[in-house]
Amino acid sequence: MSVRKNKDGFVFRIICYLVITLFALICLFPFVLMIVSSFMNEKEIMAEGYKLFPKELTTSAYEFLLRNPTKLVDAYTVTIFITVVGTVCALFIMSMAGYVLSRRNFKYRNAFSFFIYFTTLFSGGLVPSYILMIKLGLKDNILAMILPGVVSAWSIFLMKNFMKSIPDSLYESAAIDGAGDFRIYWQIFLPLSKPSLATVGLFSALGFWNEWYNAMLYIQTPSKFPLQYFLQKIVSQANIQLLIQQGAVVNTVDLPSESIKMATAVVAIGPIILLYPFVQRYFISGLTIGAVKG
Amino acid sequence: MGKVKEHFKSFGHELKSNKILFLMLLPALIYFIVFCYIPMPGAYVAFVDYNLKKGIFGSEFIGLKNFEFLVKTGQLWNITKNTLLYNLAFLIIGNVFQIILAIMLSEVRSKWYKKVSQSVILLPYFISMVIVGYFAYNLFNFDHGFINSLLNSLGFESHDFYSDQGIWKYIIVAFKIWSGTGYGMIVYLATITGISNEIYEAASLDGAKAVQRIRYITLPLLKPTAVLLLLFGLGGILKGSFDLFYNLIGNNSVLYPQTDIIDTYVFRSLVGQFNFSLSAAVGFYQSLFGLIFVLTINCIVKKIEPDYALF
Repeated sequence: MSVRKNKDGFVFRIICYLVITLFALICLFPFVLMIVSSFMNEKEIMAEGYKLFPKELTTSAYEFLLRNPTKLVDAYTVTIFITVVGTVCALFIMSMAGYVLSRRNFKYRNAFSFFIYFTTLFSGGLVPSYILMIKLGLKDNILAMILPGVVSAWSIFLMKNFMKSIPDSLYESAAIDGAGDFRIYWQIFLPLSKPSLATVGLFSALGFWNEWYNAMLYIQTPSKFPLQYFLQKIVSQANIQLLIQQGAVVNTVDLPSESIKMATAVVAIGPIILLYPFVQRYFISGLTIGAVKG
Repeated sequence: MGKVKEHFKSFGHELKSNKILFLMLLPALIYFIVFCYIPMPGAYVAFVDYNLKKGIFGSEFIGLKNFEFLVKTGQLWNITKNTLLYNLAFLIIGNVFQIILAIMLSEVRSKWYKKVSQSVILLPYFISMVIVGYFAYNLFNFDHGFINSLLNSLGFESHDFYSDQGIWKYIIVAFKIWSGTGYGMIVYLATITGISNEIYEAASLDGAKAVQRIRYITLPLLKPTAVLLLLFGLGGILKGSFDLFYNLIGNNSVLYPQTDIIDTYVFRSLVGQFNFSLSAAVGFYQSLFGLIFVLTINCIVKKIEPDYALF
């Protein structure tokens, strides 16, 4: 009897391993294909298409990118700028708001919470926002890619719920010692909120890093394009001319353009893939904070 | 009147005594006022014949004419139908995948394997839809996409994916599942981890097999989470995944009949045709019915599980 039970569990576990492994491989497949494609010989792509196991590998696409880095470096600079500035502002503004909304002595916290919450239920829509952004003078302004994404109601509530769990006695003893609200926030609550700061910070950094939507709506000058929008232009217009700096002499006929496309994308997701193993646990813990409704 | 005055008085008092707290909340409030509340009345642009020079409130009021046009041409019905069907598919298929994988992952004993596979399955969530557009190009491009190169090497003809209307609904759903499964799986896994071990131990003492354990313990205990996630998903059923659709379909109008959703339509009318009023009309329709959906669903949740209601 007990042997049979074990066997049943064993077979079932094998199935679990197989299914999970298969799904994980499917998740990885596009990345692998893209990386392999970026190392493929242009002639082989032209003759036989992208392959998982090409006959030969070459780094010519990456060499091209190294020789013509200006545009890519511009796009990287914009993306890093909006990511850093946006994330720092986001953390500061949202942790302050979360702190205030978690204070029990703040009489209107529920009213303000609803004021913030309502924006997730109803919105004026794309057109009024678009008109407003133009009126604010944000057309072709790098701030157009930062401001709309700085605050999110969901992240404020995450901060609020986290800070709520910090014992009230800490606040009271600091207040008795004469510390003001800002000082209590800055010196006590903020250091204790590191887990939620990490989660919120990573979510907003990811949002800014992947930003292309506002760029598409508002940004016109190519030197202000963030990385993702730059990439999108390359693939949607099916040309890699965008990569080449004006005035540079490049023989476009011999360009390995199909592998360059994939190489550019690899260069763009590189930092995410490299950082991912170190940051993903904050995301996972953040998801589970969010899952437990507070 | 007296009551209102008193309210203001106490608000003023509160403002004074908690000045610092108000100041700390101010930047967030300004954000919501400027970027969320000020555009709200602008939804009025849906009811006018918008003229750039005259502005939203100076343009001629034409009532429901914008909506009439949308209904008459059948466009509104088509994009609504597409949005609803896609979101239903995302919700149902997505949740099935998430639940199955979460349960299977919870049965796995090796901690190392658990961690690695969880990370790998979550990875696509971090990738922007622009890159997903590259993946699609990499896979489905007519001249040298991976699938066609595979088909050719097996002796088949190349398939022109980018002019095949029927196939994109499957590709879109597949990419959505690909990118979203990790996220949902982790939420479900957290719920399963929260289930007391004693229940499982008691069950295995009674001779329950793995499949029975799942059938009679895990699934019933996951039901509340699943029902709530589904209900809230239904609340957002008119909101589309603009970035996914736009990056996969772009301006390929051949594919629109089956792949146009409300969000892509709103975007195209604004940026492609500069038809502010038409675009706003669809946007307003989406916001209004979205709100009605959420309120209805919140009512339902309140009845069955008051603790989980949003407000």
